[in-house]
Amino acid sequence: MSTGVLGPQRRNLWFWVFVGPFALGLGLFTYVPLVWSLYLSFFDAHNTVSPDASDFVGLGNYGAMLSDGAFLASLGTFVLFTAFIVPATYVLALALALMVNRLRVAQAFFRSVFFLPTACSYVVAAVIWKLSIFNGVRFGLANTVLGWFGADQTAWLSTTHPPWYWLVIVTVRLWLQAGFYMILFLAGLQRISPQLYEAAAVDGARPGWQTFRHITFPQLRATSVAVVLLLVINAFQAFDEFYNLLSDARGYPPYARPPLVYLYYTALGQDQNLGLGSAGAVILALIIAVATVVQARWFGLGRKGED
Amino acid sequence: MQDALTRAGRALRVVLLVALALLFLVPFYLLVRNGLAGERDITAPDWTFFPHELRWSNLTEVFRDPNLPLGRALLNSTLIAVSTTAGTVVLASLAGYGLARIPYRHANVVFYAILGTLMVPAAVTFVPSFVLVSTLGWISTLRGLIIPTLFSAFACFIFRQYFLGFPRELEDAARVDGLGYWRTYWKIVVPNSRPVFAAVGTIVFIGAWNAFLWPLVIGQDQESWTVQVALSTFTTAQSLNLHELFVAAAVSIAPLVVVFLLLQRYIVAGVERSGIDD
Repeated sequence: MSTGVLGPQRRNLWFWVFVGPFALGLGLFTYVPLVWSLYLSFFDAHNTVSPDASDFVGLGNYGAMLSDGAFLASLGTFVLFTAFIVPATYVLALALALMVNRLRVAQAFFRSVFFLPTACSYVVAAVIWKLSIFNGVRFGLANTVLGWFGADQTAWLSTTHPPWYWLVIVTVRLWLQAGFYMILFLAGLQRISPQLYEAAAVDGARPGWQTFRHITFPQLRATSVAVVLLLVINAFQAFDEFYNLLSDARGYPPYARPPLVYLYYTALGQDQNLGLGSAGAVILALIIAVATVVQARWFGLGRKGED
Repeated sequence: MQDALTRAGRALRVVLLVALALLFLVPFYLLVRNGLAGERDITAPDWTFFPHELRWSNLTEVFRDPNLPLGRALLNSTLIAVSTTAGTVVLASLAGYGLARIPYRHANVVFYAILGTLMVPAAVTFVPSFVLVSTLGWISTLRGLIIPTLFSAFACFIFRQYFLGFPRELEDAARVDGLGYWRTYWKIVVPNSRPVFAAVGTIVFIGAWNAFLWPLVIGQDQESWTVQVALSTFTTAQSLNLHELFVAAAVSIAPLVVVFLLLQRYIVAGVERSGIDD
Protein backbone atom coordinates (compact mmCIF):
# COMPACT_ATOMS: atom_id res chain seq x y z
CA MET A 1 0.00 0.00 0.00
CA SER A 2 1.53 3.27 -1.06
CA THR A 3 1.50 6.15 1.34
CA GLY A 4 1.64 9.85 0.61
CA VAL A 5 5.40 9.82 0.28
CA LEU A 6 6.96 7.68 -2.40
CA GLY A 7 10.63 7.04 -2.87
CA PRO A 8 12.30 8.73 -5.85
CA GLN A 9 12.58 5.36 -7.68
CA ARG A 10 8.86 4.77 -7.41
CA ARG A 11 8.11 8.33 -8.45
CA ASN A 12 10.25 7.98 -11.57
CA LEU A 13 8.44 4.78 -12.40
CA TRP A 14 5.04 6.43 -12.01
CA PHE A 15 6.15 9.41 -14.08
CA TRP A 16 6.88 7.08 -16.98
CA VAL A 17 3.65 5.13 -16.47
CA PHE A 18 1.76 8.39 -17.03
CA VAL A 19 3.95 10.10 -19.61
CA GLY A 20 5.55 7.06 -21.29
CA PRO A 21 2.80 5.94 -23.71
CA PHE A 22 2.29 9.47 -24.98
CA ALA A 23 6.00 10.23 -25.27
CA LEU A 24 6.65 6.93 -27.06
CA GLY A 25 3.89 7.57 -29.62
CA LEU A 26 4.99 11.13 -30.20
CA GLY A 27 8.55 9.94 -30.72
CA LEU A 28 7.48 7.23 -33.14
CA PHE A 29 5.05 9.33 -35.15
CA THR A 30 6.76 12.71 -35.06
CA TYR A 31 10.48 12.39 -34.36
CA VAL A 32 11.04 9.21 -36.40
CA PRO A 33 9.34 10.68 -39.51
CA LEU A 34 11.37 13.87 -39.15
CA VAL A 35 14.68 11.99 -39.00
CA TRP A 36 13.61 9.66 -41.77
CA SER A 37 12.64 12.60 -43.92
CA LEU A 38 16.06 14.15 -43.38
CA TYR A 39 17.66 10.84 -44.41
CA LEU A 40 15.45 10.43 -47.50
CA SER A 41 16.13 13.98 -48.62
CA PHE A 42 19.75 13.02 -49.46
CA PHE A 43 18.67 10.20 -51.78
CA ASP A 44 17.15 9.87 -55.21
CA ALA A 45 14.20 7.99 -53.80
CA HIS A 46 11.53 7.43 -56.43
CA ASN A 47 8.69 5.26 -55.25
CA THR A 48 10.81 3.75 -52.47
CA VAL A 49 11.27 4.54 -48.80
CA SER A 50 14.49 2.55 -48.30
CA PRO A 51 16.86 3.66 -51.07
CA ASP A 52 20.20 1.86 -51.40
CA ALA A 53 23.55 3.60 -51.07
CA SER A 54 24.01 4.09 -54.81
CA ASP A 55 21.04 6.48 -54.87
CA PHE A 56 22.84 8.96 -52.61
CA VAL A 57 22.72 12.42 -54.13
CA GLY A 58 23.95 14.52 -51.20
CA LEU A 59 22.45 17.97 -51.34
CA GLY A 60 21.23 17.41 -54.88
CA ASN A 61 17.55 17.38 -53.95
CA TYR A 62 17.95 20.64 -52.05
CA GLY A 63 19.68 22.24 -55.03
CA ALA A 64 16.94 20.97 -57.32
CA MET A 65 14.18 22.29 -55.05
CA LEU A 66 15.77 25.70 -54.52
CA SER A 67 16.33 26.19 -58.25
CA ASP A 68 12.88 24.86 -59.14
CA GLY A 69 10.83 27.81 -60.33
CA ALA A 70 7.58 26.08 -59.47
CA PHE A 71 8.61 25.43 -55.86
CA LEU A 72 9.82 29.01 -55.41
CA ALA A 73 6.58 30.22 -56.96
CA SER A 74 4.69 28.11 -54.42
CA LEU A 75 6.52 29.95 -51.63
CA GLY A 76 5.56 33.21 -53.33
CA THR A 77 1.94 32.08 -53.42
CA PHE A 78 2.08 31.40 -49.73
CA VAL A 79 3.53 34.85 -48.95
CA LEU A 80 0.84 36.51 -51.05
CA PHE A 81 -1.89 34.42 -49.42
CA THR A 82 -0.62 35.31 -45.94
CA ALA A 83 -0.44 38.98 -46.86
CA PHE A 84 -4.15 38.84 -47.78
CA ILE A 85 -5.60 36.54 -45.19
CA VAL A 86 -3.86 37.60 -41.97
CA PRO A 87 -4.88 41.28 -41.95
CA ALA A 88 -8.34 40.48 -43.37
CA THR A 89 -9.12 37.88 -40.69
CA TYR A 90 -7.63 40.04 -37.96
CA VAL A 91 -9.78 43.06 -38.82
CA LEU A 92 -12.98 41.04 -39.37
CA ALA A 93 -12.57 38.99 -36.16
CA LEU A 94 -11.83 42.07 -34.08
CA ALA A 95 -14.76 43.98 -35.60
CA LEU A 96 -17.14 41.09 -34.94
CA ALA A 97 -15.92 40.78 -31.35
CA LEU A 98 -16.35 44.50 -30.69
CA MET A 99 -19.86 44.52 -32.12
CA VAL A 100 -20.98 41.32 -30.37
CA ASN A 101 -19.41 42.38 -27.07
CA ARG A 102 -21.54 45.57 -26.95
CA LEU A 103 -24.80 43.73 -27.50
CA ARG A 104 -27.21 43.57 -24.61
CA VAL A 105 -29.71 41.30 -26.36
CA ALA A 106 -29.22 38.31 -28.62
CA GLN A 107 -25.49 38.20 -27.89
CA ALA A 108 -25.43 34.40 -27.76
CA PHE A 109 -27.33 34.23 -31.05
CA PHE A 110 -24.91 36.41 -32.99
CA ARG A 111 -21.89 34.74 -31.42
CA SER A 112 -23.24 31.36 -32.52
CA VAL A 113 -23.91 32.57 -36.07
CA PHE A 114 -20.35 33.80 -36.52
CA PHE A 115 -18.81 30.82 -34.73
CA LEU A 116 -20.83 28.11 -36.50
CA PRO A 117 -18.77 28.02 -39.74
CA THR A 118 -15.87 26.75 -37.59
CA ALA A 119 -17.77 23.44 -37.55
CA CYS A 120 -17.58 23.17 -41.33
CA SER A 121 -14.68 21.51 -43.08
CA TYR A 122 -12.80 23.17 -45.91
CA VAL A 123 -14.11 20.39 -48.14
CA VAL A 124 -17.74 21.25 -47.43
CA ALA A 125 -17.04 24.97 -47.75
CA ALA A 126 -15.30 24.33 -51.07
CA VAL A 127 -18.40 22.49 -52.35
CA ILE A 128 -20.49 25.56 -51.60
CA TRP A 129 -18.00 28.13 -52.88
CA LYS A 130 -16.99 26.27 -56.01
CA LEU A 131 -20.32 24.82 -57.08
CA SER A 132 -22.80 27.37 -55.84
CA ILE A 133 -21.45 30.86 -55.09
CA PHE A 134 -18.56 31.24 -57.49
CA ASN A 135 -19.51 28.67 -60.04
CA GLY A 136 -18.65 29.01 -63.72
CA VAL A 137 -20.04 31.52 -66.14
CA ARG A 138 -23.58 30.26 -66.46
CA PHE A 139 -24.90 30.14 -62.93
CA GLY A 140 -24.06 30.73 -59.33
CA LEU A 141 -24.95 33.27 -56.67
CA ALA A 142 -22.13 35.76 -57.29
CA ASN A 143 -22.77 36.06 -61.03
CA THR A 144 -26.53 36.26 -60.49
CA VAL A 145 -26.24 39.08 -57.95
CA LEU A 146 -23.68 40.94 -60.08
CA GLY A 147 -25.94 40.40 -63.08
CA TRP A 148 -28.66 42.46 -61.37
CA PHE A 149 -26.25 45.39 -61.58
CA GLY A 150 -25.46 44.64 -65.20
CA ALA A 151 -22.00 43.21 -64.57
CA ASP A 152 -20.49 40.66 -66.93
CA GLN A 153 -20.32 36.98 -66.01
CA THR A 154 -17.01 35.94 -64.53
CA ALA A 155 -15.32 32.55 -64.52
CA TRP A 156 -14.13 33.07 -60.97
CA LEU A 157 -11.83 30.10 -60.53
CA SER A 158 -10.13 30.14 -63.90
CA THR A 159 -9.62 33.86 -64.42
CA THR A 160 -5.97 34.64 -63.72
CA HIS A 161 -5.87 38.23 -65.12
CA PRO A 162 -7.12 39.78 -62.90
CA PRO A 163 -6.71 36.95 -60.37
CA TRP A 164 -10.36 36.56 -59.40
CA TYR A 165 -9.62 33.15 -57.85
CA TRP A 166 -7.98 34.97 -54.92
CA LEU A 167 -11.38 36.38 -53.97
CA VAL A 168 -12.75 32.83 -53.78
CA ILE A 169 -9.81 31.47 -51.79
CA VAL A 170 -9.66 34.35 -49.33
CA THR A 171 -13.41 34.55 -48.66
CA VAL A 172 -13.75 30.83 -47.96
CA ARG A 173 -11.05 30.95 -45.29
CA LEU A 174 -12.42 34.20 -43.85
CA TRP A 175 -15.84 32.61 -43.44
CA LEU A 176 -14.42 29.48 -41.85
CA GLN A 177 -11.98 30.99 -39.37
CA ALA A 178 -13.13 34.52 -38.44
CA GLY A 179 -15.54 33.21 -35.77
CA PHE A 180 -12.82 31.28 -33.96
CA TYR A 181 -10.61 34.37 -33.63
CA MET A 182 -13.65 36.44 -32.66
CA ILE A 183 -13.97 34.16 -29.62
CA LEU A 184 -10.34 34.86 -28.67
CA PHE A 185 -10.93 38.60 -28.95
CA LEU A 186 -14.15 38.33 -26.92
CA ALA A 187 -12.19 36.59 -24.16
CA GLY A 188 -9.59 39.35 -24.31
CA LEU A 189 -12.24 42.08 -24.19
CA GLN A 190 -13.83 40.57 -21.11
CA ARG A 191 -10.53 40.76 -19.24
CA ILE A 192 -10.23 44.53 -19.67
CA SER A 193 -11.09 46.23 -16.39
CA PRO A 194 -14.17 48.49 -16.53
CA GLN A 195 -12.30 50.96 -14.32
CA LEU A 196 -10.02 51.78 -17.25
CA TYR A 197 -13.03 52.94 -19.25
CA GLU A 198 -14.39 54.91 -16.31
CA ALA A 199 -11.04 56.64 -15.84
CA ALA A 200 -10.92 57.44 -19.55
CA ALA A 201 -14.42 58.92 -19.40
CA VAL A 202 -13.38 61.11 -16.49
CA ASP A 203 -10.40 62.29 -18.53
CA GLY A 204 -12.81 63.32 -21.27
CA ALA A 205 -12.17 60.54 -23.78
CA ARG A 206 -15.22 60.17 -26.00
CA PRO A 207 -16.60 56.65 -26.38
CA GLY A 208 -15.91 55.20 -29.78
CA TRP A 209 -12.71 55.70 -31.71
CA GLN A 210 -10.80 57.50 -28.90
CA THR A 211 -11.50 54.86 -26.26
CA PHE A 212 -10.77 52.10 -28.73
CA ARG A 213 -7.43 53.60 -29.72
CA HIS A 214 -6.19 54.46 -26.26
CA ILE A 215 -7.68 51.71 -24.09
CA THR A 216 -9.20 48.73 -25.91
CA PHE A 217 -6.58 48.19 -28.60
CA PRO A 218 -3.51 48.47 -26.31
CA GLN A 219 -5.18 46.20 -23.73
CA LEU A 220 -5.72 43.55 -26.41
CA ARG A 221 -2.03 43.42 -27.26
CA ALA A 222 -1.38 39.91 -25.86
CA THR A 223 -4.45 38.55 -27.67
CA SER A 224 -3.43 40.28 -30.89
CA VAL A 225 0.05 38.74 -30.76
CA ALA A 226 -1.39 35.25 -30.28
CA VAL A 227 -3.98 35.76 -33.03
CA VAL A 228 -1.42 36.95 -35.59
CA LEU A 229 0.94 34.09 -34.71
CA LEU A 230 -1.83 31.50 -35.11
CA LEU A 231 -3.06 33.07 -38.33
CA VAL A 232 0.40 32.94 -39.90
CA ILE A 233 1.04 29.36 -38.77
CA ASN A 234 -2.35 28.28 -40.15
CA ALA A 235 -1.77 30.11 -43.43
CA PHE A 236 1.54 28.24 -43.82
CA GLN A 237 -0.41 25.00 -43.80
CA ALA A 238 -3.01 26.00 -46.36
CA PHE A 239 -3.89 22.96 -48.41
CA ASP A 240 -7.53 21.95 -48.17
CA GLU A 241 -9.21 24.91 -49.87
CA PHE A 242 -6.59 25.28 -52.62
CA TYR A 243 -6.80 21.59 -53.42
CA ASN A 244 -10.58 21.40 -53.37
CA LEU A 245 -11.32 24.69 -55.11
CA LEU A 246 -8.77 24.59 -57.89
CA SER A 247 -8.11 21.00 -58.88
CA ASP A 248 -10.57 19.16 -61.08
CA ALA A 249 -10.73 16.06 -63.22
CA ARG A 250 -8.05 17.55 -65.50
CA GLY A 251 -5.62 18.06 -62.62
CA TYR A 252 -4.32 21.13 -60.83
CA PRO A 253 -3.75 24.43 -62.63
CA PRO A 254 -0.15 25.75 -62.58
CA TYR A 255 -1.11 28.94 -60.73
CA ALA A 256 -1.91 29.31 -57.02
CA ARG A 257 -0.05 26.33 -55.65
CA PRO A 258 0.98 26.88 -52.03
CA PRO A 259 3.98 24.80 -50.79
CA LEU A 260 1.93 21.95 -49.31
CA VAL A 261 -0.01 21.43 -52.51
CA TYR A 262 3.24 21.46 -54.45
CA LEU A 263 4.87 18.93 -52.09
CA TYR A 264 1.78 16.75 -52.21
CA TYR A 265 2.03 16.44 -55.98
CA THR A 266 5.82 15.99 -55.90
CA ALA A 267 5.88 13.24 -53.31
CA LEU A 268 2.60 11.45 -53.93
CA GLY A 269 1.75 12.37 -57.51
CA GLN A 270 2.72 10.43 -60.63
CA ASP A 271 6.41 10.64 -59.89
CA GLN A 272 6.33 9.45 -56.25
CA ASN A 273 9.56 11.41 -55.79
CA LEU A 274 9.83 10.97 -52.03
CA GLY A 275 13.45 12.19 -51.85
CA LEU A 276 12.63 15.47 -53.53
CA GLY A 277 9.42 15.81 -51.50
CA SER A 278 11.33 15.26 -48.28
CA ALA A 279 13.90 17.90 -49.21
CA GLY A 280 11.05 20.32 -49.83
CA ALA A 281 9.47 19.41 -46.48
CA VAL A 282 12.77 20.03 -44.67
CA ILE A 283 13.19 23.42 -46.39
CA LEU A 284 9.61 24.34 -45.50
CA ALA A 285 10.05 23.18 -41.88
CA LEU A 286 13.20 25.32 -41.55
CA ILE A 287 11.46 28.38 -42.97
CA ILE A 288 8.53 27.90 -40.57
CA ALA A 289 10.84 27.36 -37.59
CA VAL A 290 12.86 30.51 -38.37
CA ALA A 291 9.71 32.57 -38.99
CA THR A 292 8.14 31.38 -35.73
CA VAL A 293 11.24 32.06 -33.64
CA VAL A 294 11.76 35.50 -35.18
CA GLN A 295 8.12 36.36 -34.60
CA ALA A 296 8.16 35.05 -31.02
CA ARG A 297 11.34 37.03 -30.25
CA TRP A 298 9.91 40.10 -31.93
CA PHE A 299 6.80 40.05 -29.76
CA GLY A 300 8.57 38.75 -26.66
CA LEU A 301 6.32 35.69 -26.56
CA GLY A 302 9.04 33.38 -25.21
CA ARG A 303 8.81 34.89 -21.75
CA LYS A 304 5.19 33.85 -21.42
CA GLY A 305 5.91 30.31 -22.58
CA GLU A 306 8.50 29.70 -19.83
CA ASP A 307 6.14 29.25 -16.90
CA MET B 1 -27.36 66.50 -31.06
CA GLN B 2 -24.82 64.26 -29.37
CA ASP B 3 -27.61 61.90 -28.38
CA ALA B 4 -28.97 61.69 -31.91
CA LEU B 5 -25.47 60.89 -33.19
CA THR B 6 -25.00 58.13 -30.63
CA ARG B 7 -28.39 56.68 -31.51
CA ALA B 8 -27.61 56.79 -35.22
CA GLY B 9 -24.27 55.12 -34.55
CA ARG B 10 -25.92 52.34 -32.60
CA ALA B 11 -28.56 51.77 -35.29
CA LEU B 12 -25.83 51.63 -37.93
CA ARG B 13 -23.95 49.06 -35.89
CA VAL B 14 -27.03 46.86 -35.52
CA VAL B 15 -27.74 47.06 -39.26
CA LEU B 16 -24.13 46.11 -40.02
CA LEU B 17 -24.26 43.24 -37.55
CA VAL B 18 -27.47 41.82 -39.01
CA ALA B 19 -26.10 42.17 -42.55
CA LEU B 20 -22.92 40.32 -41.58
CA ALA B 21 -24.91 37.61 -39.82
CA LEU B 22 -27.00 37.08 -42.97
CA LEU B 23 -23.83 36.89 -45.07
CA PHE B 24 -22.43 34.25 -42.70
CA LEU B 25 -25.65 32.23 -42.96
CA VAL B 26 -25.94 32.32 -46.77
CA PRO B 27 -23.53 29.38 -47.35
CA PHE B 28 -25.60 27.22 -44.96
CA TYR B 29 -28.73 28.23 -46.84
CA LEU B 30 -27.16 27.32 -50.20
CA LEU B 31 -26.17 23.93 -48.85
CA VAL B 32 -29.77 23.16 -47.93
CA ARG B 33 -31.27 24.86 -51.00
CA ASN B 34 -29.14 22.96 -53.48
CA GLY B 35 -29.47 19.72 -51.57
CA LEU B 36 -33.25 19.81 -51.79
CA ALA B 37 -33.51 21.27 -55.29
CA GLY B 38 -33.67 19.56 -58.65
CA GLU B 39 -30.63 19.55 -60.89
CA ARG B 40 -32.06 22.33 -63.07
CA ASP B 41 -32.35 24.67 -60.09
CA ILE B 42 -28.63 24.35 -59.45
CA THR B 43 -27.24 24.61 -62.95
CA ALA B 44 -29.77 26.67 -64.91
CA PRO B 45 -28.58 30.07 -66.21
CA ASP B 46 -31.65 31.73 -64.67
CA TRP B 47 -30.54 31.03 -61.10
CA THR B 48 -33.07 32.03 -58.44
CA PHE B 49 -32.63 32.51 -54.73
CA PHE B 50 -35.52 30.15 -53.96
CA PRO B 51 -35.62 26.85 -55.86
CA HIS B 52 -38.62 26.10 -58.08
CA GLU B 53 -39.31 22.77 -56.42
CA LEU B 54 -38.28 20.96 -53.26
CA ARG B 55 -37.32 17.33 -53.70
CA TRP B 56 -37.22 15.63 -50.35
CA SER B 57 -36.45 12.33 -52.10
CA ASN B 58 -32.89 13.66 -52.62
CA LEU B 59 -32.26 12.80 -48.97
CA THR B 60 -32.76 9.08 -49.48
CA GLU B 61 -31.46 8.97 -53.05
CA VAL B 62 -27.97 10.01 -51.98
CA PHE B 63 -27.60 6.95 -49.75
CA ARG B 64 -28.53 4.62 -52.61
CA ASP B 65 -26.05 5.94 -55.19
CA PRO B 66 -23.41 3.21 -55.66
CA ASN B 67 -20.91 5.80 -56.96
CA LEU B 68 -20.90 7.74 -53.70
CA PRO B 69 -20.21 5.36 -50.78
CA LEU B 70 -21.69 7.83 -48.31
CA GLY B 71 -22.81 5.31 -45.68
CA ARG B 72 -19.41 3.65 -45.57
CA ALA B 73 -17.63 7.03 -45.50
CA LEU B 74 -19.80 8.24 -42.61
CA LEU B 75 -19.08 5.02 -40.72
CA ASN B 76 -15.33 5.44 -41.28
CA SER B 77 -15.43 9.07 -40.19
CA THR B 78 -17.40 8.18 -37.07
CA LEU B 79 -15.04 5.35 -36.11
CA ILE B 80 -12.01 7.57 -36.70
CA ALA B 81 -13.35 10.64 -34.91
CA VAL B 82 -14.60 8.69 -31.88
CA SER B 83 -11.45 6.62 -31.39
CA THR B 84 -9.17 9.57 -32.05
CA THR B 85 -11.03 11.61 -29.46
CA ALA B 86 -11.05 8.86 -26.82
CA GLY B 87 -7.42 7.93 -27.41
CA THR B 88 -6.15 11.50 -27.48
CA VAL B 89 -7.99 12.49 -24.33
CA VAL B 90 -6.72 9.47 -22.37
CA LEU B 91 -3.10 9.62 -23.57
CA ALA B 92 -2.74 13.40 -23.38
CA SER B 93 -4.43 13.77 -20.00
CA LEU B 94 -2.25 11.08 -18.41
CA ALA B 95 0.88 12.69 -19.83
CA GLY B 96 -0.31 16.15 -18.82
CA TYR B 97 -0.96 14.97 -15.27
CA GLY B 98 2.41 13.24 -15.01
CA LEU B 99 4.20 16.34 -16.24
CA ALA B 100 2.28 18.63 -13.91
CA ARG B 101 2.25 16.60 -10.73
CA ILE B 102 4.83 13.81 -10.52
CA PRO B 103 8.26 15.18 -9.57
CA TYR B 104 10.90 13.79 -11.93
CA ARG B 105 14.36 15.19 -12.46
CA HIS B 106 14.13 15.36 -16.25
CA ALA B 107 10.47 16.32 -16.46
CA ASN B 108 11.37 19.66 -18.06
CA VAL B 109 13.42 18.01 -20.79
CA VAL B 110 10.49 15.73 -21.59
CA PHE B 111 8.09 18.66 -21.54
CA TYR B 112 10.15 20.74 -23.95
CA ALA B 113 10.65 17.75 -26.23
CA ILE B 114 6.85 17.48 -26.42
CA LEU B 115 6.29 21.21 -26.75
CA GLY B 116 8.94 21.42 -29.46
CA THR B 117 6.85 19.31 -31.80
CA LEU B 118 4.26 22.10 -31.83
CA MET B 119 6.85 24.11 -33.73
CA VAL B 120 6.80 21.53 -36.50
CA PRO B 121 3.44 21.91 -38.19
CA ALA B 122 1.85 18.48 -38.52
CA ALA B 123 1.16 19.13 -42.18
CA VAL B 124 4.84 19.53 -42.98
CA THR B 125 5.62 16.02 -41.76
CA PHE B 126 3.03 14.39 -44.00
CA VAL B 127 5.63 13.11 -46.48
CA PRO B 128 7.80 11.33 -43.89
CA SER B 129 4.72 10.18 -41.94
CA PHE B 130 3.29 8.72 -45.12
CA VAL B 131 6.60 6.93 -45.62
CA LEU B 132 6.50 5.53 -42.08
CA VAL B 133 2.88 4.41 -42.32
CA SER B 134 3.46 2.75 -45.68
CA THR B 135 6.48 0.92 -44.23
CA LEU B 136 4.27 -0.36 -41.43
CA GLY B 137 1.82 -1.56 -44.09
CA TRP B 138 -0.94 0.64 -42.70
CA ILE B 139 -2.00 2.42 -45.92
CA SER B 140 -5.79 2.33 -46.37
CA THR B 141 -6.36 0.88 -42.91
CA LEU B 142 -8.22 2.39 -39.97
CA ARG B 143 -5.07 1.80 -37.90
CA GLY B 144 -3.10 4.02 -40.26
CA LEU B 145 -5.80 6.67 -40.17
CA ILE B 146 -6.14 6.70 -36.38
CA ILE B 147 -2.99 5.73 -34.50
CA PRO B 148 -0.51 8.30 -35.87
CA THR B 149 -2.92 11.12 -35.02
CA LEU B 150 -3.38 10.13 -31.36
CA PHE B 151 -0.38 11.98 -29.94
CA SER B 152 -1.41 15.60 -29.83
CA ALA B 153 1.17 17.85 -28.16
CA PHE B 154 -1.45 20.59 -28.13
CA ALA B 155 -3.89 18.48 -26.04
CA CYS B 156 -1.08 17.41 -23.70
CA PHE B 157 -0.08 21.04 -23.21
CA ILE B 158 -3.62 22.12 -22.35
CA PHE B 159 -4.04 19.27 -19.83
CA ARG B 160 -0.69 20.08 -18.19
CA GLN B 161 -1.61 23.75 -17.83
CA TYR B 162 -4.98 22.79 -16.40
CA PHE B 163 -3.58 20.26 -13.91
CA LEU B 164 -0.96 22.77 -12.72
CA GLY B 165 -3.88 24.83 -11.47
CA PHE B 166 -5.82 21.88 -10.00
CA PRO B 167 -6.35 22.41 -6.22
CA ARG B 168 -3.66 20.46 -4.37
CA GLU B 169 -5.80 20.08 -1.25
CA LEU B 170 -8.08 17.61 -3.03
CA GLU B 171 -5.15 15.42 -4.01
CA ASP B 172 -3.55 15.69 -0.57
CA ALA B 173 -6.71 14.37 1.01
CA ALA B 174 -6.60 11.38 -1.33
CA ARG B 175 -2.98 10.75 -0.38
CA VAL B 176 -3.80 10.76 3.29
CA ASP B 177 -6.41 8.13 2.49
CA GLY B 178 -3.63 6.02 1.03
CA LEU B 179 -4.36 6.40 -2.66
CA GLY B 180 -1.38 6.27 -5.03
CA TYR B 181 -0.92 8.43 -8.13
CA TRP B 182 -2.95 6.07 -10.30
CA ARG B 183 -6.04 5.94 -8.14
CA THR B 184 -5.81 9.59 -7.16
CA TYR B 185 -5.87 10.41 -10.85
CA TRP B 186 -8.88 8.25 -11.73
CA LYS B 187 -10.93 8.75 -8.57
CA ILE B 188 -10.25 12.38 -7.68
CA VAL B 189 -8.68 14.30 -10.54
CA VAL B 190 -10.70 13.05 -13.53
CA PRO B 191 -14.17 13.39 -11.97
CA ASN B 192 -13.32 16.93 -10.89
CA SER B 193 -11.99 18.00 -14.30
CA ARG B 194 -14.94 17.28 -16.56
CA PRO B 195 -15.06 20.71 -18.29
CA VAL B 196 -11.49 20.48 -19.57
CA PHE B 197 -12.07 16.93 -20.80
CA ALA B 198 -15.23 18.05 -22.59
CA ALA B 199 -13.47 21.05 -24.11
CA VAL B 200 -10.43 19.14 -25.38
CA GLY B 201 -12.66 16.26 -26.48
CA THR B 202 -14.93 18.42 -28.64
CA ILE B 203 -12.01 20.29 -30.19
CA VAL B 204 -10.25 17.02 -31.04
CA PHE B 205 -13.49 15.49 -32.36
CA ILE B 206 -14.14 18.42 -34.71
CA GLY B 207 -10.53 18.35 -35.89
CA ALA B 208 -10.66 14.60 -36.56
CA TRP B 209 -14.03 14.79 -38.33
CA ASN B 210 -12.90 17.65 -40.58
CA ALA B 211 -9.34 16.39 -41.21
CA PHE B 212 -8.55 16.18 -44.89
CA LEU B 213 -4.87 15.92 -45.82
CA TRP B 214 -4.05 12.85 -43.72
CA PRO B 215 -7.14 10.81 -44.74
CA LEU B 216 -6.49 11.83 -48.37
CA VAL B 217 -2.91 10.56 -48.21
CA ILE B 218 -3.57 7.38 -46.21
CA GLY B 219 -7.09 6.41 -47.33
CA GLN B 220 -6.30 5.31 -50.88
CA ASP B 221 -8.97 2.61 -51.28
CA GLN B 222 -12.58 3.62 -51.59
CA GLU B 223 -13.29 1.34 -48.62
CA SER B 224 -11.21 3.55 -46.32
CA TRP B 225 -12.48 6.95 -47.51
CA THR B 226 -13.66 9.35 -44.85
CA VAL B 227 -16.64 11.55 -45.63
CA GLN B 228 -14.31 14.48 -46.41
CA VAL B 229 -12.28 12.46 -48.90
CA ALA B 230 -15.43 11.09 -50.52
CA LEU B 231 -16.87 14.61 -50.92
CA SER B 232 -13.59 15.96 -52.22
CA THR B 233 -13.25 13.21 -54.79
CA PHE B 234 -16.63 14.07 -56.24
CA THR B 235 -16.07 17.82 -56.05
CA THR B 236 -12.96 17.58 -58.19
CA ALA B 237 -14.32 14.88 -60.50
CA GLN B 238 -17.76 16.45 -60.94
CA SER B 239 -19.04 13.12 -62.18
CA LEU B 240 -21.89 13.06 -59.71
CA ASN B 241 -25.30 14.64 -59.63
CA LEU B 242 -24.77 18.04 -58.03
CA HIS B 243 -27.77 17.86 -55.72
CA GLU B 244 -26.42 14.59 -54.30
CA LEU B 245 -23.11 16.28 -53.55
CA PHE B 246 -24.91 19.05 -51.63
CA VAL B 247 -27.07 16.61 -49.66
CA ALA B 248 -23.97 14.60 -48.80
CA ALA B 249 -22.14 17.74 -47.69
CA ALA B 250 -25.09 18.79 -45.53
CA VAL B 251 -25.34 15.30 -44.01
CA SER B 252 -21.61 15.42 -43.24
CA ILE B 253 -21.88 18.60 -41.18
CA ALA B 254 -25.22 17.88 -39.52
CA PRO B 255 -23.83 15.86 -36.57
CA LEU B 256 -21.12 18.43 -36.00
CA VAL B 257 -23.50 21.37 -36.04
CA VAL B 258 -25.60 19.62 -33.40
CA VAL B 259 -22.54 18.84 -31.24
CA PHE B 260 -21.43 22.39 -31.76
CA LEU B 261 -24.64 24.04 -30.65
CA LEU B 262 -24.97 21.72 -27.65
CA LEU B 263 -21.38 22.01 -26.47
CA GLN B 264 -20.60 25.53 -27.59
CA ARG B 265 -20.13 26.62 -23.99
CA TYR B 266 -17.34 24.05 -23.50
CA ILE B 267 -15.70 24.80 -26.82
CA VAL B 268 -15.61 28.49 -26.07
CA ALA B 269 -14.30 27.80 -22.57
CA GLY B 270 -11.70 25.43 -23.99
CA VAL B 271 -10.53 27.97 -26.53
CA GLU B 272 -10.31 30.66 -23.89
CA ARG B 273 -8.64 28.34 -21.42
CA SER B 274 -6.05 27.06 -23.85
CA GLY B 275 -3.74 29.77 -22.60
CA ILE B 276 -2.78 30.94 -26.08
CA ASP B 277 -3.83 34.47 -25.28
CA ASP B 278 -2.61 34.71 -21.73
